[in-house]
Amino acid sequence: MTGAHEAERQATAAPAIELRGISKSFGPVQANKDISIRVMPGTIHGIIGENGAGKSTLMSILYGFYKADAGEIFVNGKKTEIPDSQAAIAAGIGMVFQHFKLVENFTVLENVVLGAEDGRLLRPSLAKARKILAELAVEYELNVDPDSRIDQIGVGMQQRVEILKALYRQADILILDEPTGVLTPAEADQLFRILDRLRAEGKTIILITHKLREIMEITDTVSVMRRGEMTATVKTTETNPEQLAELMVGRKVLLRVDKAPANPGKTVLEVKNLRVHDRQGVERVKGIDLTVRAGEILGIAGVAGNGQSELLEVLGGMRPGAGTVTLNGEPLVLEGRGADGQSRRAAGLAHVPEDRQREGLIMEFHAWENVAFGYHHDPAYQRNALMMDNAALRRDTAAKMEKFDVRPPDPWLTAKNFSGGNQQKIVVAREIERNPDLLLVGQPTRGVDIGAIEFIHRQIVALRDQGAAILLVSVELDEILSLSDRIAVMFDGRMMGERLPDQTDETELGLLMAGVSGKAA
Amino acid sequence: MDKMPKWADVVLIPLISLILAAALSALVILGIGEDPVAAVKMMVSGALGSTYGWGYTLYYATNFMFTGLAVAVAFHARMFNIGGEGQAMLGGLGVAIMCLYVPWPHWTLALIGASGLAALFGAAWAAIPAWLQAKRGSHIVITTIMFNFIASAVLNYVLVNLLRPVGSMDPATARFPEAVHLPTLHELLAPIGIGFSKAAPANVSLLVAVIACVLVWLLIWRTRLGYEIRAYGHSETGALYAGISPVRITMIAMLISGGLAGMMAINNVMGEAERLVLNATEGAGFIGIAVALMGRSHPFGVFLAAILFGFLYQGGAELALWTSIPRELIVVIQALVILFTGALDNMVRMPLEKLFLSLRKGRA
Amino acid sequence: MDFLTLIQVLDSTVRLSTPLLLACLAGLFSERAGIFDIGLEGKMLMAAFFSAAVAAVTGSVWLGLLAGIASSMVLAGLHGLASITFRGNQLISGVAINFLAAGMTVLIAQDWFRQGGRTPSLIGGGRFGGLEFPGAIGPADAEASGRPVSELIGEANVLQQIYSDLISGHSILVYAAFLAVPATWWVLFRTRFGLRLRAVGENPAAVDTAGVSVVGLRYAAIAICGLLCGIAGAYLATALQAGFVKDMTAGRGYIALAALIFAKWRPWHAMWACLLFGFLQAVALRYQNIDVGGVVIPVQVMDALPYILTVVILAGFVGKAIPPRAGGEPYVKER
Repeated sequence: MTGAHEAERQATAAPAIELRGISKSFGPVQANKDISIRVMPGTIHGIIGENGAGKSTLMSILYGFYKADAGEIFVNGKKTEIPDSQAAIAAGIGMVFQHFKLVENFTVLENVVLGAEDGRLLRPSLAKARKILAELAVEYELNVDPDSRIDQIGVGMQQRVEILKALYRQADILILDEPTGVLTPAEADQLFRILDRLRAEGKTIILITHKLREIMEITDTVSVMRRGEMTATVKTTETNPEQLAELMVGRKVLLRVDKAPANPGKTVLEVKNLRVHDRQGVERVKGIDLTVRAGEILGIAGVAGNGQSELLEVLGGMRPGAGTVTLNGEPLVLEGRGADGQSRRAAGLAHVPEDRQREGLIMEFHAWENVAFGYHHDPAYQRNALMMDNAALRRDTAAKMEKFDVRPPDPWLTAKNFSGGNQQKIVVAREIERNPDLLLVGQPTRGVDIGAIEFIHRQIVALRDQGAAILLVSVELDEILSLSDRIAVMFDGRMMGERLPDQTDETELGLLMAGVSGKAA
Repeated sequence: MDKMPKWADVVLIPLISLILAAALSALVILGIGEDPVAAVKMMVSGALGSTYGWGYTLYYATNFMFTGLAVAVAFHARMFNIGGEGQAMLGGLGVAIMCLYVPWPHWTLALIGASGLAALFGAAWAAIPAWLQAKRGSHIVITTIMFNFIASAVLNYVLVNLLRPVGSMDPATARFPEAVHLPTLHELLAPIGIGFSKAAPANVSLLVAVIACVLVWLLIWRTRLGYEIRAYGHSETGALYAGISPVRITMIAMLISGGLAGMMAINNVMGEAERLVLNATEGAGFIGIAVALMGRSHPFGVFLAAILFGFLYQGGAELALWTSIPRELIVVIQALVILFTGALDNMVRMPLEKLFLSLRKGRA
Repeated sequence: MDFLTLIQVLDSTVRLSTPLLLACLAGLFSERAGIFDIGLEGKMLMAAFFSAAVAAVTGSVWLGLLAGIASSMVLAGLHGLASITFRGNQLISGVAINFLAAGMTVLIAQDWFRQGGRTPSLIGGGRFGGLEFPGAIGPADAEASGRPVSELIGEANVLQQIYSDLISGHSILVYAAFLAVPATWWVLFRTRFGLRLRAVGENPAAVDTAGVSVVGLRYAAIAICGLLCGIAGAYLATALQAGFVKDMTAGRGYIALAALIFAKWRPWHAMWACLLFGFLQAVALRYQNIDVGGVVIPVQVMDALPYILTVVILAGFVGKAIPPRAGGEPYVKER
């Protein structure tokens, strides 16, 4: 790909993009910590990391969406201020977003031209754009029908339109944010061919992804981010998936929960060939099977966005699905009437959702009102046929708050006035105290302080010891390793494999999470 | 964390909005060459200075309590019911039918019957927009506005063609029989020795309205249904998590809302006019919006705001009588209240939040 | 119905459709940019008053027109402030503006003219007269022959009847309104501004990431909305009728909104929708009840028909009426 001449040119050329000491905080959260990175022109530079590692923030700074708190940006060796997207475009930076910024009922041509029109009249602009698009199509093999409407072309095509938008604005540096999230493997391959072509023409590409396969396949260099920091930058040819996986998930001191070995009983949850499509028709869960037995914790590991959320939502009755799911031997309705949260709870399921603020709690409700959430039909909370017994509810809340050490133990406080950890404890208390046959738990310790983490973990294990079946979904590998009796890894809507926690480690799991199946060579 | 204490949110913001609206109204009064202070004095004396004034103030307030509650209940489910006017019109039809065609022995029974049909008709009028929103996503604001106009046409047709007594030129029904006459406050209070103006139209439906306030409060904050309505109103995703059906809640909330608006008719149609005329509602459905916004959708707030607007209405009538300020001043005040409490909420909220934040930082 | 009567009804249709059409196009610009506007009624009303008032005071209908437009744009600016800058509820803002206009117009009218909330009747230069096309039978011929215009037209041949009654003789604002339709189409679909405006109502993030100001576009849209509503209101008070009376818009702003939805936010369809609604109004004005094959349709049905039609459209029974995707939502820069 790169001849000796090219290599020499690269050695002496200024980096296409250089970031020095970029830091950015959102309140107490530091999303980027003193990041420095150099991307050489005419290369594909990958940035890999788990969710929340800070990749998107960094790229948003580069594209002018955010202003860094500290640090400098150099484009082609020149210090550049990027206060808004216009400045980024002017500097030759184009961004292909994870969620496309396209106008659905416009044609491809109209979308490409939007904001970069030539003059006030549209027809001359469109005519000019048509010519240029044709040229670009030839040069980069980016074939799209310019007159087709966005809502009638597939996702792969839509992505090409986004790339064309950037190229039309003469971007020399292209940032692609998780580009293959919505693509089929075939479409992803096509994308890589296009990226290859772009690189050959001298474009610089920054590829943000969490998928190791892509990194290994197409990038020249790769930077690894973890928890807001740049942990390493290496030439792709000089590394391997294991090393990257290790850098990605890190070697941490595990907070292992003290737990007795599991004593699993009968099968509580059985899932066969579960398929879930999202509202756009993209398949998010592609036919998975799993079982959870009483008295065991099945942990589902995986980077966010690989179908775990949809899995939980279908099981919890929040979203339709297809396939066969039985709870305690009784089939669950997956679509239409009977596929709702109340029916699930009646069948013996409890659910600690992934997003406590948008799902698990009503932020504007008092704590005691939140304790009834999902269980507001419980006779214990009713005074008579019509009215709820709010006093009983408050007493129950006080008891739960004490048992779960919720601070401050004030049932009247509204949910948004509790810290994240205490909010979560309220949700966990509510669900666990139901003594369910099956507990679904999603990201139980996201945004939760250390003390609360330990507490919540112990509560989950205690519930297991009482004989409940627990399905745990978490992006935190150490949480999975610490809590689970069995571990399954989800990637791209499929099960990548099952492991026992004491027979695997982060590296192996990291590989599975990043889509690399089987033991590494 | 809360950006500002609860009391500030509930009391301070509406208060400041009210002050802004009042200030602008004063400017308007100045602009048309009148003295705002004198105007306020006259309004106060005209609306609150005598039992006659109070009688009218409370009469209007009764209307606004019903329509305000209607809007408030819908707001709790995150829906904007602008159709109160039409629902109240249909409620009037229900009242007229009950009063004209059923021989009631006593007004108490007539009241129950009329309330029932009025609520039913009002709810029915809200049902179609509600169903269209729940099942087909048709925007309830536009459909309810359309239904207001359709209601007007329906009432017009019914009054001109169906319910008009033979030989009368008025598009109105016959007078209701004496048996269904609702006692006015005068008639209620005289037996216990309290003198109240005979001429004022405030009547027993005021008590029904107050009871309705209490019942709505109980419904929203003490029942399972109210719990579900509030939860859905705050978070649709949360509702899905908890198994609360959006379609069911949308329908029920709007039916209750329409029913409440329909019940306004026992006050103006049965209590005051004692017959059904065209345009009996006189914009009360729209004032309900202002009342609900000012009262922050809480029945007690609605109660207070309704009295406030009753005061404005009666005071405005006095002004119209004795000065050159037309009744439309009230419409302007109502508009300013809706504007500041509803649309320009952030204009008041954002600086206040900054203020409280800086106070907290200063203290820390 | 004989031919002459038909022509007269169509003539009436054109005149009645004009304010609807102008308000409808106004709403079109606003809603295509993503700002819901149910305040068309209020803006029209305000413009109706100010145009009549200034025309009455100055004797110049053109000054009146300018004043009407200015007042409508002030209200539009208020709506923009609430919706765009303060990200408030657009529907509540629209409702408030309608009330504001309803109240303020009568207040100011009473203060200025002391005629019970109306302006004095407009005469002569204070009104928009009809524009007679060459060769048409008009008031000049009536004066010359001493007979009424309608009689003269009644005696003419068919083509002359169409020309004189239906096409010629309308006020200039009518012709302007109908010309505004292709103009609107051209702006929306043939200019850069139009492309961006339509984009900002569908996906403001697409516009923002392309480096174009969402706020700027939206304010421009509501300015145009204010302008067109201003002309609509001025037409009502200085051409269709001769002065302002309380609540003279009589729900036209809402009918225009209904027409807009009926037309699925497209300019030429808007014209036909407004003509349809204008026709219904003209028929209802002329005939109390209509006999259609033995069934008498009461006039109230004709009155309610525009609104019923709109509900049917919204219910999706006559094809889907999909509003601009980003309509009604304040744009907040997403993470």
